[in-house]
Amino acid sequence: MDFLNAIVALANFVLIPGIAYGAQLALGALGVTLIYGILRFSNFAHGDTMAFGTMITVLVTWWMQAQGVSLGPLPTALLALPFGILGCMALVLLTDRVVYRFYREQKAKPMILVIVSTGVMFITNGLVRLIIGPGDQRFADGERFIISARDFKAMTGLSEGLGIKTTQGITVVVAVLAVAALFWFLNRTRTGKSMRAYSDNEDLALLSGINPERVVTYTWLIVAALTTVAGTLYGLDKSFKPFVYFQLLLPVFAAAIVGGLGSPLGAIAGGFVIAFSEVTITYAWKKVLGYLLPEGLEPSGLVQLLSTDYKFAVSFVILLIVLLFRPTGLFQGKSV
Amino acid sequence: MSATMKNTLLFLLVGVLILITGMVQSWNSALLILNMGLVSAIMALGVNLQWGFAGLFNVGVMGFVALGGLAVVLVSEPPVEGAWGAGGAWRILGGLALGALSVAAAVLTYKRLPRGRMRGIAVLAILVLGFFVYRWIFDGGVELVEANNPASTGNIGGLNLPVLLAWPAGGLLAAGAAWIIGKTALGLRSDYLAIATLGIAEIIVAVLKNEDWLARGVKNISGLARPLPYEVDLQTDPGFVQTAAHLGLDPVIASTLYVKLGYTALFLVVLLVLLWLSQMALKSPWGRMMRAIRDNETAAEAMGKDVTRRHLQIFILGSAVCGIAGAMMTTLDGQLTPGSYQPLRFTFLIWVMVIVGGSGNNFGSVLGAMLIWFLWVQVEPIGLWLIQLITAGMAEGSALKVHLLNSAAHMRLLTMGVVLLLVLRFSPKGLIPEK
Repeated sequence: MDFLNAIVALANFVLIPGIAYGAQLALGALGVTLIYGILRFSNFAHGDTMAFGTMITVLVTWWMQAQGVSLGPLPTALLALPFGILGCMALVLLTDRVVYRFYREQKAKPMILVIVSTGVMFITNGLVRLIIGPGDQRFADGERFIISARDFKAMTGLSEGLGIKTTQGITVVVAVLAVAALFWFLNRTRTGKSMRAYSDNEDLALLSGINPERVVTYTWLIVAALTTVAGTLYGLDKSFKPFVYFQLLLPVFAAAIVGGLGSPLGAIAGGFVIAFSEVTITYAWKKVLGYLLPEGLEPSGLVQLLSTDYKFAVSFVILLIVLLFRPTGLFQGKSV
Repeated sequence: MSATMKNTLLFLLVGVLILITGMVQSWNSALLILNMGLVSAIMALGVNLQWGFAGLFNVGVMGFVALGGLAVVLVSEPPVEGAWGAGGAWRILGGLALGALSVAAAVLTYKRLPRGRMRGIAVLAILVLGFFVYRWIFDGGVELVEANNPASTGNIGGLNLPVLLAWPAGGLLAAGAAWIIGKTALGLRSDYLAIATLGIAEIIVAVLKNEDWLARGVKNISGLARPLPYEVDLQTDPGFVQTAAHLGLDPVIASTLYVKLGYTALFLVVLLVLLWLSQMALKSPWGRMMRAIRDNETAAEAMGKDVTRRHLQIFILGSAVCGIAGAMMTTLDGQLTPGSYQPLRFTFLIWVMVIVGGSGNNFGSVLGAMLIWFLWVQVEPIGLWLIQLITAGMAEGSALKVHLLNSAAHMRLLTMGVVLLLVLRFSPKGLIPEK
């Protein structure tokens, strides 16, 4: 019984939040990795692009809620998501045409593009704050839990509850769908294949008649969709606050680099590596150990390796370790 | 128009802008802008050392600035009696030393032992054991220190030295952090350094916010020592009041201006010294070598230059300059508020200054810093005024109008982004290009 309780507690506090957070990070990291693979720079505006797409989703969600539209047990935000994606696509295409294209034609150094992206970051960040304000916004509605901890206890008779939030379930389902669609697109369609060819070897791809502008446009569209989905899922799960999205830049980049920049599969693996390390290291293990260890040996402290305030430190340290011992990431990424 | 002429005019323009602020708003706000502009100029010099000279992309400026601020507390505050007396502070120091030792031991083991499974296990064992012993000693100390009168202290205090000493100390602290980061992240690809510095800055600020024993965390430390007299003391000093009256000034205003001008003079001295040093460095063979490395690492390496070592060197120097500026800023504020360190303000804004001023040119960085800081401060009232103008026709109290007026404060981020992009597009070398 104690053993089961320990497993349930572990699942409730580590496994399920870790999977949901990992899926969100993975989607974010996929965007970073695609931009890196095709456009060949680290996009510092990524966190704010995420915030922008989510903001549109939030605004449309509020409008829908005001109109009385709802999805029943599911959050209305899912209905608003396509609008958020469209808004985000408009933004990234606009920035690409107005800002990035100039430097692409000049064949500017990657570092210049990174600095340019910080300019875009400022503008997007300013826009988001101007439109929706810097505060915390909640937009989740519908049923809160798939299984609540109390129901689970009543069902199984265990003393530990296992709660699964609707948002966590939706995160996993949506992430799986999005990743499946992405991989199908990259591996099965002509455009997807041309994107991979362009990423592998630009000159060769150009020689074989691939239109670079088309590849770039598709990349931005996909990135916009991925980031908006990632941002909306994160916002549903926690809440929407522009500054938090800016800070997500660090774990998202860490995930992309740990997996290997430019490798979509790596980005997904990296997302989960970062998410699980963050959750396990900042989780207080007292409860689980209390069940597992024989009586008398139960820990008196919280057995928390690091306080949650240092979760950035975790992604950072993992990033450093990977960089030191395997500079191209877990899955061979590219290096420009 | 010659280049010197143009540059002088640009500096004059900034001077005139500040003078206009003084005449239109108040001399106090003009001096505030000037003082923070000088501090920003020093930060920009530091970033310019790294980016302009050596092409290193450091987006962790905020962290080094915050470390400089920490140095002010650790140097100038008196030691907290109860913390040291009860032995808590000693325990913390011991714990930290032990932590550092176990990391050093792990690194040494990794280097000395032959490759293989044994090495991995040994390193891991040292680290895990070290971590638990460190936490055991350290946590006990922290508990003792933080329990000591938490409402007003609860920290270890400092060395009770003159506050001016904190400025070089801030530089040293930042240099130490830069050494650790540089040792691990330099030599890797340039964007990795960017992410690594971004991360370390967040961690440094997180430490400042959460480690209450260090500098009281988000409970802040205010009333830090200052190198200049207090306004209140000046106002009661008959000699000062008399001089003020002689100049036709109100003693209260005169005292605030006197203190601010005092800071201006101090900051100006530091800036000029650092500027002179940077100029000498730029012109020296060392500076030429740096630029050669920046422009073509492979060629420089082929000429026998140790690129990684030189990068480490200039990374430490630039970060130290940022640390000095951070200590100066905290001294100016008179308080350390870890919650106020925001990456957009303390990292990316400095970058805008360097790029706009002209990367690779020290005078450009100084000019860019003053100009951008002026904009950063003044965009808010200007934006508010603009929005008031736009919304003048709207119905009083309409939701949109209220919302727009409330968000005027966020105009500055937008403006900075637009300025940065415009400069990068139409004048990528900045206002004063590198020679």
